[in-house]
Amino acid sequence: MQIVLKDFTKTFDGNTVIDRMNLTVEDGEMLALLGPSGCGKSTTLFAVCGIHRVNGGQILFGDRDVSNLPSQQRNVGVVFQNYALYPHMSVFENIAFPLTVRKDSKADVDRAVRDIAELTHISELLERRPGQLSGGQQQRVALARALVRKPDVLLLDEPLANLDAKLRLEMRSEIRRIQLETGITAILVTHDQVEAMSMCERIAIMKGGKIIQIDTPKDMYSNPRTSFVAGFLGNPPISFLKGRAEAGGFVLDDGSLRLPLPVASQIPDGTDLTVGIRPEHFGRAGDVPISGKVIFAETQGRENLYDVALPDGSVLRSVQPAQDDVRAGDSVSWKLESAAALVFAEDGRRL
Amino acid sequence: MTRNYSNWPIILVLLLISAPIIVMYAFLLVDTVTTSPPGSAIPNGFTLSHWRFLIDPTATGDVWGPTLTTILFTASIVLIVLGVSSTAGYALSRLNMPFRRFFLGGILVMHAFPLVTLIIGVFLVLQFVGLYNTLTGVVLVKAGLMLPFGIWIMKGFYDTVPWEIEMAGVQDGASRFTVWRRLILPQVRPGLFALALFAAIDAWGEYMLPRILAPSADFEVLSIYLNTVSDPDSTTYNFNLFKSVGLFYTLPILALYAIFRDRLMNIFGGGTKG
Repeated sequence: MQIVLKDFTKTFDGNTVIDRMNLTVEDGEMLALLGPSGCGKSTTLFAVCGIHRVNGGQILFGDRDVSNLPSQQRNVGVVFQNYALYPHMSVFENIAFPLTVRKDSKADVDRAVRDIAELTHISELLERRPGQLSGGQQQRVALARALVRKPDVLLLDEPLANLDAKLRLEMRSEIRRIQLETGITAILVTHDQVEAMSMCERIAIMKGGKIIQIDTPKDMYSNPRTSFVAGFLGNPPISFLKGRAEAGGFVLDDGSLRLPLPVASQIPDGTDLTVGIRPEHFGRAGDVPISGKVIFAETQGRENLYDVALPDGSVLRSVQPAQDDVRAGDSVSWKLESAAALVFAEDGRRL
Repeated sequence: MTRNYSNWPIILVLLLISAPIIVMYAFLLVDTVTTSPPGSAIPNGFTLSHWRFLIDPTATGDVWGPTLTTILFTASIVLIVLGVSSTAGYALSRLNMPFRRFFLGGILVMHAFPLVTLIIGVFLVLQFVGLYNTLTGVVLVKAGLMLPFGIWIMKGFYDTVPWEIEMAGVQDGASRFTVWRRLILPQVRPGLFALALFAAIDAWGEYMLPRILAPSADFEVLSIYLNTVSDPDSTTYNFNLFKSVGLFYTLPILALYAIFRDRLMNIFGGGTKG
């Protein structure tokens, strides 16, 4: 079911948190709402499921306008960050709850619960209480309960935030598998760019109640529209150099570094610019030599991570295959791929 | 369980402090089944005659009538307190209703007033609505006076139930009422249970209200009955008999305390599972 937000506006006590936001989630698509805390992503989610009332605009599920429908009539499945399982009920009763509320027959409930339990791999846990389950199992139960009455839309609010690192990896692919198997339209709210990039078809990145960019993970990574998007995506994060345009290139403020930039030829000399360089584009290969001092080195097993301070004080990050020749404090002369550099205007716009 | 300190000094100190109470209870118990010579506290013979009031109405008058009345009195109060506290506590904890803060403040203020300062007003109201000298009137007043405490306690328990459970219930298609009844109420059960016990114990021991608000009514609760028994000018006065009736009156409460001690302590934990 396609979800459309049209000029969606939300205010709390007179403060406009989200102002005329437009968003379309295609049928069967999984979309991530990604952004720092307080950017309005959870507010958007709660408006879609009906917990928050809409102050302006429309929310459409397919052709159905649900803006003013109560949650009960929207047919939306929600997985909450803390799973919100009912502690006094067994797993079976938890999953069956949405169906018993609907007064389905006992046989139907039983069959539906067992089917969904099989899909989410919790068939052997049905008699247990939520308190007797691990975090990952609780997550599966929450998913099963959200999906059991075949909702039109599945909403996931930071579903992996309460899991440890290993389970997070496992549940990431599990949630994606279940979403693909059921073909349900899903919205994932997260502040973790890795989750968003690995689980979703498209990412909508939000800041201050606005969607800055909607794109596939790959496009968003290689083609960010603003410096905020570039800084938010990527781990280790991108590093920025501040300087100005000069003779069709970019020059650091103290003039110590010059980058040839194709886009800079149309920019008047002296314009303030910020250049973003991803850590994989600074290292042993490239066209512009840069020397600096390694101020931080970290090994991650397969790769090493370095922070290199340039003479003017700005820092470039580099990620390279693991090797043992450079330590913190060493002076290095590495190279930068100028073609991969991302150029931003002073206000953060990509040029 | 092993401890890294020994318990006996603490227990000894507590024993010493509570010794007077223990001795009194012991004598209460012993005196009801023994005879002792005049002027002596040491019993010299065993008898069950002090308990004859249970079957012989001539001893002190019928005891079972007041007992039934007391049970009815207590049960009605418990029902009213539970019913109102469980719903009002929920409303105050969860619903965004007008004058919420005013209600909360009002409850605290009500809680602060001792009964005696209210009694004249209560008397006038009862007189006005025609419930003076009736069991219903006393039940309503007693239950009403316990409500601030009950509502406040239940609000505390509701506050500890996570919001997400409620939202999840609504998302699952349940109405607010179904959510309350099937999802939220089961989670405040320890609170309800403790409150019921507390109300029962309090109502069982109530003496003042029936005395003042129904002085000439045709019903008698056990506390009033006990008071009649203890009248030294009465023809049937017998101190050991009085003690037996007293023990008969106290036993249900002692039993409740002994059986449900742990659950009763819940009320002070604010609902967190310990």
